[in-house]
Amino acid sequence: MRHTLSVLVENNPGVLARVAGLFSRRGYNIDSLAVGRTENPDISRMTIVVEGDDRVLEQVVKQLRKLVDVIKVQDITSEQYVSRELLLLKVHADSNTRGEIMQIVEIFRARIVDIGPKTLTIEATGDEDKIEAIENALRPFGIKELVRTGKIALLRGSRTSNINGVKEEE
Amino acid sequence: MEITGAQALVKALEIEGVTTIFGYPGGAVVPLYDALSRSKIQHVLVRHEPGAIHAANGYARASGKVGVCVATSGPGATNLVTGIAAAYMDSVPVVVITGQVPTTMVGTDAFQEVDITGITMPITKHNFLVKNPADIPMVVKKAFYIASTGRPGPVLIDLPKDVAARTIDFKYPEKVEIRGYKPNLKGHPQKIAEAVKLIREAQRPVIIAGGGVIAANASQELYEFAVKAEIPVTNTLMGLTSFPQDSPLFLGMLGLHGTRYANLAVTECDVLIGLGVRFADRVTGELSGFAPKAKIIHIDVDPAEIGKNVRADVPIVGDVKNVLQEMLKQIEPQKHAEWLSQINTWKQEFPLKYEKDDFIKPQETIKLLGEKTTADTIIATDVGQHQMWTAQFYPFKKPRTFLTSGGLGCMGYGLPAAIGAAVAFRDKQVILITGDGSFQMNMGELATAREQNLSLKIILFVNKKLGMVKQLQEYYANKNYFGVDLGFVPDFVALAHAYGIPGRKITRPEEVDGALNEMLAHKGMYLLEVEISPEEKVLPMVLSGAPIGEAVDW
Ligand SMILES: Cc1ncc(C[n+]2csc(CCOP(=O)(O)OP(=O)(O)O)c2C)c(N)n1
Ligand SMILES: [Mg+2]
Repeated sequence: MRHTLSVLVENNPGVLARVAGLFSRRGYNIDSLAVGRTENPDISRMTIVVEGDDRVLEQVVKQLRKLVDVIKVQDITSEQYVSRELLLLKVHADSNTRGEIMQIVEIFRARIVDIGPKTLTIEATGDEDKIEAIENALRPFGIKELVRTGKIALLRGSRTSNINGVKEEE
Repeated sequence: MEITGAQALVKALEIEGVTTIFGYPGGAVVPLYDALSRSKIQHVLVRHEPGAIHAANGYARASGKVGVCVATSGPGATNLVTGIAAAYMDSVPVVVITGQVPTTMVGTDAFQEVDITGITMPITKHNFLVKNPADIPMVVKKAFYIASTGRPGPVLIDLPKDVAARTIDFKYPEKVEIRGYKPNLKGHPQKIAEAVKLIREAQRPVIIAGGGVIAANASQELYEFAVKAEIPVTNTLMGLTSFPQDSPLFLGMLGLHGTRYANLAVTECDVLIGLGVRFADRVTGELSGFAPKAKIIHIDVDPAEIGKNVRADVPIVGDVKNVLQEMLKQIEPQKHAEWLSQINTWKQEFPLKYEKDDFIKPQETIKLLGEKTTADTIIATDVGQHQMWTAQFYPFKKPRTFLTSGGLGCMGYGLPAAIGAAVAFRDKQVILITGDGSFQMNMGELATAREQNLSLKIILFVNKKLGMVKQLQEYYANKNYFGVDLGFVPDFVALAHAYGIPGRKITRPEEVDGALNEMLAHKGMYLLEVEISPEEKVLPMVLSGAPIGEAVDW
């Protein structure tokens, strides 16, 4: 099963290497990892999507908590949360296909951000399903290049997962 | 007051109570050595950096204090890596200081530059690259705090040369707050109550006591608890010395080369209490056959150990000492006469033994040594058969008297670790039990020991083999012995003489008693070379893939 972890870390040099190294040396599979500063410039949030059964996940979470630079780890998979991913996609487009592509962009409420003689570059945001769907819809035209940010997520409503409160065990 | 970064580091070490540093200098630590020369901290110059880290390890394990070592950048730092891994695997509190090229040159492949914080990330509890000299006091404070609290472990501080040279206004922090590091020391009351209930109802309980009991200084509590609840105790290799071996409740070591009765007791028990253990593969054998009838109570300060290898029915995250104290309050005296008599039957049926022949028996030698030494004697070993014979046959009585590389199984550990212990306790008897393979890995440290005027005793078992590997080849490679012959071994007694160390070589069983007496009576260092049979084996032995309840015996 895929899990989404929301991880607060010290914004120290090397922290990404510590987290990434932990995953690789213990054989955990990262689907995606997105990292950036939070409202507090000393703290970054990593949103990590990881594949594994409950036992593996328990170990991943515990091992992450052991890292001194990791402040808080939350598995938000079964919580209510909003998640987004950003996609930039360069697709082959000529005078015959341009119109159809623009319709698809419209349907997905994506945007065209650059035009080349034979390409269109499209920006889309949304949850994973939507990003997958637009990618699939555009594939027949010939995707020349594609980049995704990986998922970022926040809990819904007024609930937060900031550092108030310590790393809880168990 | 303005002082240099190097002076600040040394001052911080003094404030942390450091009295001894094991080290080896080089270009990148010239400023640090300059500051160190003006400190009352004693610097023990080793002869190869692995000696520095293993000595800090031995010092820490024998004394319970944080061990400290220093090396220069590049090769000095990389020479520490194996020893850092050894300390990490055995949860030993050490602070490692390495020099680094100036910050202006970091990342340029400068002379003697290596990314030691990157290299040691997976084998340190934490590490720091200090970029600003003003950070030094807080970094040192954090390093000692992290190394010595919770589950102890090595912490590395990488100090670039220019950071050591720049000046700061020194002020040492009084408190340390790390928001990502809050060890949970108090066990959950409800879980403790559950554990006590299970123990109360148990018919056939067993305690496995590991290195965590020693790290938590909880041997007294363990003893009181085991006696009050009448529960037999077995030790992991790392847990040896945490329980007095003359107690009838003692089962010896369990696992791969454990006693049959310890392994049988664990296999048949109905409640298993793991105290400061990580249920390593050398202990559990085939997992499906490990304590198959037991409800498992696992008490450890590191939450990540609980449920990692073995399911825990009652997980308790907390300091072993705290949790035992709490459990002691709640448990009433118990009796398990039937269970103990079953265990006694096993003890009689499957004792540890060895067959006499014309050779000196290492097992007997170690046993005899144990009869001649005091409870305070510190024993260090290397890695191999001699290590296992020591674990099986030496009668440890007091915590922190056994130094051995458990998790990493690192040959070459013994001599420097013994030096570390002997430096920590100049008045205690320290004895190294080693093998002809392991000893040759770091024997250059004999010079360090001599220079320090230590009175180390060395018992060197010479089988002209990498005996333990030969034994593995016997079972797992159809006796295709390859690469395990030490075709040439030096004359170790002559070698000792070259270092001004007296010694003697013995080859016949009747020489053992007198030779041990002579060695122990000698004031200074002494090397006793003991020739043993290359065919001698460590038994019992649980074969790979087998449950610990089954073992190859005699
Ligand atoms: C640094 C290192 N290299 C290799 C090994 C693998 N190994 C384990 S025991 C052993 C043989 C040790 O020989 P010796 O010190 O003579 O001890 P003996 O088994 O003969 O008593 C070896 C090579 C190891 N544990 N550590
Ligand atoms: Mg040998």
